[in-house]
Amino acid sequence: MGQTKNVFRLLLLTFGMFGFGFGLVPLYDIFCDITGLNGKVTGPTFSSYDEELETRTMKVTFVTLNNKNMPWGFKSDAPQMKIETGKDYLMNFTFTNTTTEPMVAQAIPSVSPGRGAKYFHKTECFCFEQQYLAAGESITIPVKFIIDPEIPNDISSLALGYTLFDVTEQFAYK
Amino acid sequence: MSAVIESHHDDHHHGPAKGFSRWLYTTNHKDIGSLYLWFSFIMLFVGGAMAMVIRAELFEPGSQIVSPEFYNQMVTNHGLIMVFGVIMPAFVGLANWMIPMQIGAPDMALPRLNNLSFWILPAAFGVLLSTFLMEGGAPNFGWTFYAPLSTEYAPPTVTFFIFAVHIMGASSIMGSINIITTILNMRAPGMTLMKMPLFVWSWLITAYLLIAVMPVLAGAVTMMLMDIHFGTSFFSAAGGGDPVLFQHVFWFFGHPEVYIMILPAFGIVSHIIETFSRKPIFGYSSMVYAIASIALLSFVVWAHHMFTVGMPIAGELFFMYSTMLIAIPTGVKVFNWLSTMFKGSLTFETPMLFAIAFVALFTIGGLSGLMLAIAPADFQYHDTYFVVAHFHYVLVPGALFSIVAAVYYWLPKWTGYMYDEVLGKTHFWLSFISVNLTFFPMHFVGLAGMPRRIPDYAMQFADYNMIVSVGAFLFGLSQLLFLFNVLKCVYYGKSATAEVWEGAKGKGLEWTVDSPAPYHTFETSPDLTNPQTNN
Ligand code: HEM
Ligand SMILES: [Cu+2]
Repeated sequence: MGQTKNVFRLLLLTFGMFGFGFGLVPLYDIFCDITGLNGKVTGPTFSSYDEELETRTMKVTFVTLNNKNMPWGFKSDAPQMKIETGKDYLMNFTFTNTTTEPMVAQAIPSVSPGRGAKYFHKTECFCFEQQYLAAGESITIPVKFIIDPEIPNDISSLALGYTLFDVTEQFAYK
Repeated sequence: MSAVIESHHDDHHHGPAKGFSRWLYTTNHKDIGSLYLWFSFIMLFVGGAMAMVIRAELFEPGSQIVSPEFYNQMVTNHGLIMVFGVIMPAFVGLANWMIPMQIGAPDMALPRLNNLSFWILPAAFGVLLSTFLMEGGAPNFGWTFYAPLSTEYAPPTVTFFIFAVHIMGASSIMGSINIITTILNMRAPGMTLMKMPLFVWSWLITAYLLIAVMPVLAGAVTMMLMDIHFGTSFFSAAGGGDPVLFQHVFWFFGHPEVYIMILPAFGIVSHIIETFSRKPIFGYSSMVYAIASIALLSFVVWAHHMFTVGMPIAGELFFMYSTMLIAIPTGVKVFNWLSTMFKGSLTFETPMLFAIAFVALFTIGGLSGLMLAIAPADFQYHDTYFVVAHFHYVLVPGALFSIVAAVYYWLPKWTGYMYDEVLGKTHFWLSFISVNLTFFPMHFVGLAGMPRRIPDYAMQFADYNMIVSVGAFLFGLSQLLFLFNVLKCVYYGKSATAEVWEGAKGKGLEWTVDSPAPYHTFETSPDLTNPQTNN
């Protein structure tokens, strides 16, 4: 009878779809990476661009946010800078652990408008790693970046936002 | 020789066992169907009581009766119970009762699995409801349980919620495997796929949808569990995850889920309309193809629930158009129901009244759905009472009315007694008026900007909200009449004939057996290969 075979197939489908649910996680990341959607920023690798391309000036705004009850101080040296596309720039960010406990933090970047994210190349960023600060300690770390000259002309300014998360607890797991 | 035949005879025609153990150990599809239906009926009153609390709180602006925290628990559990505890089990109950009888099979293909898939369901809801007694209170993050509300900010009872969802999912999946296997393997000879009753077709497709998406839901809650207890960061941005991912996974399940709650209704309503129009259903094969295409499309529209999360324009457009595409097969179905009624010799018994109301009011829900599908407009409508109006129109006078219609339609076959027609019609008219009184004004307050899931509102919404609450109380009370009518039918009803409805014999195999349907039917399958017997 085909019955056992049917049941077997349906069970297979069930487990397959359970796997697919988890498969959505990497798929989602890959999709965002390829399209630059969601303001997800590409990694430090930056292949050189066409030198012939015209450069132009534009504005970059820096936004620093603390998540939930994150008590740290978190600031950029300047709220904004004028830049020229295709050139290297640097902006300093200062972290201060204002508490009396050692803590671990993680900054998560986001670029808006999302369409501009894939033209925002960071060659050095604290967001690639977690920050450990002892009680009361303070540290200044630079972000180095280049804006790709191929960025569409209708984008006249970009905002680089960082949200600072307290990951002390998660850190304890590792 | 005769002794052998005798014992054989006994073996197959024993009646049900007595007492509680009959229900606990039963593997009979009719018993299990009744269990599902009664369970769903009880949960309707549990979830309904929560709705009454919500409407009492919203009767007037200001904080009236319950705390905002408790209000959130009411909204969440009302949604969860109505979706997973009422609509879905009721359809599974109807499937258990009717599918074997409609395809000429003696029982479900996997009777013991059937028993298990029912009995874990009360366990799941026991777990869910027990959280009301625990510290931190019941789940309060909405039936859509978006992360991080349901992870970082959730009450400690969220773990019980996750466990309950896992059990409900397992129950649905086992039920679906059973239904598909029954339909594919146990049809009477001669009943080809394209001769199957539409209720069977709708359930075949629904069961596939369930198997495709319930595991994804299980995956979503498993990821939540891991984020909460095992330090992963699927949905936590701090660890490199993304809360928006939760919404994608949830709605990949969630949108097909809403069709799971409506496709069987399409089947039921088709049967009722053809019976009381005394005509065969118009466009049978287009009905089948419409159900199938709705099911397929339902996998590529999920992000219409997420227009405001910050999708790129291409995504907005894709999900807007794919969603609108669904209106086409849905329109085909509505057209076919109207054509079936056109020039039919109509009578308006209670099931027919509910079925006609279904067609009219479900269409209103479909139209507001279409409005919500317009991405730029949805930025205004999203998370307002307009959405609440939309999904209640498709789920209450939609899915729920179809279930009520099905109960009135098949109750005489199940019990052998007629329900009280006057009471039935009273129940219908009270429900019809109050359901519109409840949900229609929600469109207005929604368009004017009243947000959903908030226990208080601005003064300007006061009048409409009072009307809505009055409608809701009336609707709630009317359902007690339904319960009364069912009980009256079971205990004091007049005997029903085998055919029950005039001309029903030609409308399906279930009308060829006695009323009440014997405990075992179609032990030898009817032969439908001969066109003469094939009605
Ligand atoms: C023509 C068919 C339909 C269309 C175009 C449609 C469209 C939509 C859209 C765009 C939304 C999202 C609104 C928002 O959150 O801003 C929505 C929500 C919803 N729809 Fe539909 N819909 C349709 C049919 C149905 C059916 C048949 C059901 C169920 C039986 C249903 C149940 C729901 C539910 C439950 C929600 C709200 C979920 C939530 O956020 O809690 N819809 N619909
Ligand atoms: Cu949807």
